[in-house]
Amino acid sequence: MTVRVQTEPFDLTTEVAALTAGRTDIGAIVTFTGTVRGQSNGRPLASMTLEHYPGMTEAELARVEAQAHARWPLQASLIIHRVGTLLPGDGIVLVIAASPHRQAAFDAANYLMDYLKTRAPFWKKETASDGSGDWVDARESDDAALTRWET
Amino acid sequence: MTVTLLYFAWVREKVGCAREDVDVPASIATVADLIDWLRTRGPEYENAFTRAEVIRTAINQTHVKPSAPLTGAREIAFFPPVTGG
Repeated sequence: MTVRVQTEPFDLTTEVAALTAGRTDIGAIVTFTGTVRGQSNGRPLASMTLEHYPGMTEAELARVEAQAHARWPLQASLIIHRVGTLLPGDGIVLVIAASPHRQAAFDAANYLMDYLKTRAPFWKKETASDGSGDWVDARESDDAALTRWET
Repeated sequence: MTVTLLYFAWVREKVGCAREDVDVPASIATVADLIDWLRTRGPEYENAFTRAEVIRTAINQTHVKPSAPLTGAREIAFFPPVTGG
């Protein structure tokens, strides 16, 4: 279980290799990458800036990762979330879930993203090419997505 | 009691500062009470907390509801609904 909050870009291949190094017991690796889209509300995006709550961010991500490990037979997992100013096309978040069989890996990766989207204290501000900035609003569909994980 | 208040995103922009140490009167019992009290501290606070239902709160880095008591609070953060991922 690893959580990293960083300004630096991440590389999927490097992270999967690090997660699986020396192991032959893993049967399924599922990854999710969230990226910055170049358009928002029909306008071109110049950049996106991610603010966060140092301390609570890492704690919330670690909490949701522990919940996923308690619920599914995961052999390893990783969450990397970037902060700072990002450009269209940049990776924002990487989630990796590894388990002996695929269903748990798919479900855990999905669960980690649904919880991250509603609980991890990050806030996005989009800057348009004219320099004007708008804070992104949370989406009701993200809150609704959580209900699919209720047992 | 003295607590550290933290503000994030547009809450921070409206209040005009990211953090401050505040002496909260003993009569302030819950998060909702604290928000009501903060609104009286000046127009920038009134503006930031005008729609209290949109504001989310964390005490000691844990999400709490508006009814949560302030007992044991060292750090209280106010922010909009999160938008990471």
